[in-house]
Amino acid sequence: MKLTTLEVISNRQLNPRTYELILSGDIPPVKSGQFADLAVKGWFLKRPFSIADCEGGRITVLYKAIGGGTREMAGWKKGDTTDALVCIGEGFDTSACLKPLLVGGGIGAAPLYLLAKEFNAMGITPDILLAFRDKEEAYYIDEFKALGNVYLSTDNGSLGYKGNALEALKYYNLEFDRYYACGPLPMLKAFAEYSRQGQLSLEARMGCGFGACMGCSIKTKGGPKRVCKEGPVFRADEVIF
Amino acid sequence: MDLRVNLLGYTLDNPVIPASGTFGFGYEFAEFYDINCLGSISLKGTTLEPRYGNPLPRIAECPSGLLNSIGLQNPGAQKVVAEELAKLGRVYGKKVIANVGGSAIDDYVQTASEFNNADSVFAIELNISCPNVKHGGMAFGTDPKVAAELVREVKKASTKPVMVKLSPNVTDITELAKAVEGAGADAVSLINTLVGMRIDLRTAKPILSAVSGGYSGPGVFPVALRMVYQVKKAVGIPVVGMGGIMTAYDVIEMMYAGAAAVMVGTANLVNPYACRDIIASLPRVMEELNISSLKEIIGRAHNG
Repeated sequence: MKLTTLEVISNRQLNPRTYELILSGDIPPVKSGQFADLAVKGWFLKRPFSIADCEGGRITVLYKAIGGGTREMAGWKKGDTTDALVCIGEGFDTSACLKPLLVGGGIGAAPLYLLAKEFNAMGITPDILLAFRDKEEAYYIDEFKALGNVYLSTDNGSLGYKGNALEALKYYNLEFDRYYACGPLPMLKAFAEYSRQGQLSLEARMGCGFGACMGCSIKTKGGPKRVCKEGPVFRADEVIF
Repeated sequence: MDLRVNLLGYTLDNPVIPASGTFGFGYEFAEFYDINCLGSISLKGTTLEPRYGNPLPRIAECPSGLLNSIGLQNPGAQKVVAEELAKLGRVYGKKVIANVGGSAIDDYVQTASEFNNADSVFAIELNISCPNVKHGGMAFGTDPKVAAELVREVKKASTKPVMVKLSPNVTDITELAKAVEGAGADAVSLINTLVGMRIDLRTAKPILSAVSGGYSGPGVFPVALRMVYQVKKAVGIPVVGMGGIMTAYDVIEMMYAGAAAVMVGTANLVNPYACRDIIASLPRVMEELNISSLKEIIGRAHNG
């Protein structure tokens, strides 16, 4: 983890609300599932975003412009700078997994991109299930297709199977020895109930982002754990929803 | 140039102390810098039994600060003494302040007593002002009679000097300060957070699960400064000032108002290096303001 200043290389709109932000700077090696905390001028707290990609001193952040801070970020231009904490938290555990299933709900697919790349580097082509509200919310489909076998679902059926992520998993008859899920809490809860053989990436409103304020502590079978410090990735069998 | 100050019989190398609840048990920050530069550390609020605290969300952003409703999450007094102090001792060589919370007088007394044999603790900070616990917490800090009784009982049981952390959520904070001084408190620290709330515009529901929480950050600095000034005038015991301190200039201003030392809280959450940076810039700011010794400026705003 490191406090640093990052420079905007590009900030591209992918769909009506989703943006791809590429930042460069002094960035230590990133493990998939780790996140960055970005400062936005005029806002008191930094904002946590999972790191979608990391290559050659650059990180990619995929974000949805829904609040005041992220709408401000949507206006960032090449050359703008932001103070950031990078490489925060414990990432995904890819060890001893030969048949991974990556499950992304909405903007939650972001950290799975770097995870898929890590599996590729291990010689594994992962199954990737991407669930969106509708076709307009979808992004990075071709990028994911370059890394694995992509299965799609939307709540209204405008893209792929009509249904939620868990229904789609059953419909596509996807098998796995471990799944890696990131998305809305109800989706993560449903997956944790469906199978304990998984890892969940959680999000939370955070104060500091580095373990000091206890603002993001969740209950686990091993006691309280901080999403920013012991997480954001947790074992599906340890989280108490 | 002399940055040292005295607090409750202990000499601090400088007056900057990370405030309770914003610095964990200290060792997390040793990942960022050598925390031995700190004057002291006020540890995360500790209760007799372990507490998880309030459900999430516990944080809501505000202009110039944030609301928190953590709810005194901590591993319980015994574990703090046996494990957390030991972990901190590996990265910090100076003495610290144990912050004690509770929901009944007995809790406070027993928790404070747990630290009697902890050599690294030079003072107890009694948290009678936490707005985020249902029973106790702030309740002890809003009624002068109850606060005084609590302080008397803790003083009987504790072998350490007792500092009382006061709530700003009262009509007249000097009433509370005078009451705890009369009951034997060795110092007061102020202010704790101001009770506030935010509502999510999309759901029309309070953002915090606890509905309201404590507001802190640079937005509260002028309120804190005014209260430190008033309390300094009202009592003879040392006053430790806190509330929205972000810079070395704020430290000087708070000491002018009457603070014998200061606590820096929310600044740590937005910049993990905040305390180190403030301490590093103090000599330059002292030079700029023609200050040679920080001890000499305590309460200067009260002179003529």
